[in-house]
Amino acid sequence: MAAEQGGKIDPMHQFLIEPAFGSHWIVGGYDLSFTNSALWMVVTLVALWAFMVGGMKRDLVPGRWQMAVEGFTGFISGMMEQNVGPGGKRFVPYVFSLFMFILFANIIGLLPFGIVPGVHPFTVTSHMTVTGVLALISFAIVLLVGFGKHGFHFFSLFVPSGTPVLMIPLIFVVELMSFLVRPFSLGLRLFVAMTAGHILLKVLAAFVINGINMGPGYIAIVSLPSFILMIGITLLELLVAAIQAYVFALLTSVYLNDAVNLH
Amino acid sequence: MDAQAAKMIGAGLAAIGMGLAALGVGNVFAQFLAGALRNPGAADSQQGRLFIGFAAAELLGLLAFVTMIILVFVA
Repeated sequence: MAAEQGGKIDPMHQFLIEPAFGSHWIVGGYDLSFTNSALWMVVTLVALWAFMVGGMKRDLVPGRWQMAVEGFTGFISGMMEQNVGPGGKRFVPYVFSLFMFILFANIIGLLPFGIVPGVHPFTVTSHMTVTGVLALISFAIVLLVGFGKHGFHFFSLFVPSGTPVLMIPLIFVVELMSFLVRPFSLGLRLFVAMTAGHILLKVLAAFVINGINMGPGYIAIVSLPSFILMIGITLLELLVAAIQAYVFALLTSVYLNDAVNLH
Repeated sequence: MDAQAAKMIGAGLAAIGMGLAALGVGNVFAQFLAGALRNPGAADSQQGRLFIGFAAAELLGLLAFVTMIILVFVA
């Protein structure tokens, strides 16, 4: 898994989707092979399941694991109640699943599984195909809830109260465009944050390797500072992973508030 | 100017946009901290809006990054 070929750094190879177990599996003209992306989604699922099952005890005085799980559930439940109000309780399972999946997927992409020979870690959320689908699911739920609960009165969301009558057509179009961009921006934000972080880490790693290849003097000048910077950037990326998961869930709850309560 | 050189120059210009977005993100947190230190009791209630503002400012910086990546690797 060379980060560079002949000195030229290739930071994009880490995002390549390929079959996890050898050959492609083509059915009726479609490639249905079990990819590395699917494999790491299964890893995320198993880790999340183990975390939840291990912590879903009912001790009156919780141990640490139960405390951790209840910390997450209380956090999301509080966020939904603060942003949506009482009507938001029905969406807590969805937003919680969304938040935990994105959080675990982001963090698993940063873990040093590459130490084990033959294991190539992959960040599931570093592809627009994954984050775009998550954003579309959130947006679809917003539309279904909005039109299901309010019918065509949902369009009053795009005309804020108190706008002068002459400006209503223009404001309606502008608000509609801003609304339709939401799933795109939601998916793009998470996707680019993860991709940018991993590209930066890969470029720094290539600096470390190139420095080592150039000789002992360059190790002190190039490799060592780059490696220390990698440690700092990894800490920052862990923070960004958590923040981006939180922002995705927070914005989903804000959009659900628009649908449920018509601001 | 051949296409490859123009793409690289365009990518460099797009990267400047990320610096400007960094100013915006810093602004969001700076104003939040200025207000929170004046009225610490009200700070926790506005934490949600802090992250919404951060997400919006960061998104535009990330859009500049996407433009750069498209120029270098896709187009």
